[in-house]
Amino acid sequence: MERYRFLEHTADAKFQAFGETLEDAFCNAALATASLMWDWEKIEQNVEHRVEIEGKDLLQLLCSFLEEIIYLLDSRSFLLGFPGDIKIEQKKSRYTLKALFRGDNFSKKYKIYGDVKAITYNEMEIESNDRFTAQVVVDV
Amino acid sequence: MDLKKINDYTWEIPKTGEMKVPTVIYTSSKLLEDVKRDRTLQQARNVACLPGIQKMAYVMPDAHQGYGFPIGGVAAFDLDQGIISPGGVGYDINCGVRLLKTGYTEKDIHEKRKQLLDEIFREVPAGVGKGGITRLNRNVLLEVCTKGAEWAVENGYGRREDLKRTEENGRMREADPSHLSPRAIERGIPQLGTLGAGNHFLEIQKVSEIFDGDVAGVFGIHSVGQILVMIHCGSRGLGHQVASDFIRLMEDKIGSRGLPDRELINAPVRSPLGQQYYKSMSAAVNYAFANRQMIAHWVRNVFKKVMGSAEGMDQVYDVCHNVAKIEKHTIDGRLKDVCVHRKGATRSFGPGREEIPEVYRSVGQPIIIPGSMGTASYILVGTHEAEQLSFGSTAHGAGRVMSRHEAIRRFRGEKIKQDLESRGIELKSTSWKGVAEEASQAYKDVDEVVKVSHKAGIGKLVAKVIPVGVMKG
Repeated sequence: MERYRFLEHTADAKFQAFGETLEDAFCNAALATASLMWDWEKIEQNVEHRVEIEGKDLLQLLCSFLEEIIYLLDSRSFLLGFPGDIKIEQKKSRYTLKALFRGDNFSKKYKIYGDVKAITYNEMEIESNDRFTAQVVVDV
Repeated sequence: MDLKKINDYTWEIPKTGEMKVPTVIYTSSKLLEDVKRDRTLQQARNVACLPGIQKMAYVMPDAHQGYGFPIGGVAAFDLDQGIISPGGVGYDINCGVRLLKTGYTEKDIHEKRKQLLDEIFREVPAGVGKGGITRLNRNVLLEVCTKGAEWAVENGYGRREDLKRTEENGRMREADPSHLSPRAIERGIPQLGTLGAGNHFLEIQKVSEIFDGDVAGVFGIHSVGQILVMIHCGSRGLGHQVASDFIRLMEDKIGSRGLPDRELINAPVRSPLGQQYYKSMSAAVNYAFANRQMIAHWVRNVFKKVMGSAEGMDQVYDVCHNVAKIEKHTIDGRLKDVCVHRKGATRSFGPGREEIPEVYRSVGQPIIIPGSMGTASYILVGTHEAEQLSFGSTAHGAGRVMSRHEAIRRFRGEKIKQDLESRGIELKSTSWKGVAEEASQAYKDVDEVVKVSHKAGIGKLVAKVIPVGVMKG
């Protein structure tokens, strides 16, 4: 199945990420975000970061989840290769997400070709019909 | 949507429904076609619905769709009844432009322009993995955020005179970094003194046309062929994190119920959360001023090394184009303090305003409008009319018309470099893809944007500059 697809947006980058499960859709949204900055398929999986976040709804959870990629890039020079073991749970009125980011620290063998400034709520949607679709606009 | 033409450069969306004020768009029939194609006007209409908005919601000539507010959106809010919104400032807080003049002409640098650009590329870090010029710790970062460009000058980056020729003298005194999240600080530490990627750039330019010789002279621009240096960048990850943090805090504490767009989330200006945002935003503004101050210093060093001297390389000005500020404006014939949001808009204060450096106070504030990569940029001057027409604001650049993905599909970075070289423009970039994204065809015609500003009276033409060398982050 197609992981993600970019859509037209005048200034920023807009994508839809797909998945059989909500976790898969989140995973593919992370890969779509990474693809705006580097080729995630080429990142060796030498370094791991455990990610634990929460949100008051799924949109906030998705936003914070994708923000982790930018945060780890800026603060740890970490390039995401693949977000593994994603687990989303609902506890009362809050959602939690756990994942293991696998990737590598930046070095000369990698090429960074873009900048994602922030994940926005603009036109953000999560739909579940026959599959899950997460739509995101990121500020680039 | 009802769109009423007022004159050749002004359109209005009359107040209807939930709108508290009308929306005014400074544009031309040509630029309006682009604006109508995306959600700019709908977003501007949404802004007009926010509590405490004063007079009108304004849309600048280079406007395009943003998130929450349009890019190129200007709105002012009452301090007691009104709001402050991170989405009305944008993620790249104090993204802005600094302009240095030089005593050199095109002829002087012709043989050495490639070397100049190569050296600048080496000296000015662009982004990831390239920081760390100044290993900072948390305490130093907090000082940077408190003192802005003053910190940079005190630490050997540039000259004290630069501060006087920077908006806010390079330091927003309202800044309080104590509300910055640990994440904002962590992102800020490795990135101070970096240009960043995306639409950020550094250009060596030459003056190609002077429209107003008297004003240009006051700004230190004397002749066609004079070399200038333009630096366009912002507050990097620190500013982005401040925006994200406060959008989330406002969501959790206030909520976005009733708002047409979650990105319009806001807090009353005087509320504790509103004040915390304002002070944190000001801290990010200061970080960006320090950032551009450091980059300007390295550029001078390169000129000194390659050309033998950096004499005459005075700062013309440094403007913010993503910011919220408390300013005095005349509303219903009465002077009052309001919270002006400029998101992708440049302040345009006319002669006499005390915020303008003394050297420019008789003519008005210099406005620096960068074009797209490889095209012209402009220097304008602020006007009294702008204070009446747009809370003293005008355009901030060319404004995109094409998505980055479309640009990558249509253009090749290598080909763009060749085309620029055939026109005598050197280009250096960290990425071909990034070059393709920033192809000038993906932007509005900057010549038309500044024409509208001039004709509408919100910023008058002073000089046109064209690039000689471009460094794209």
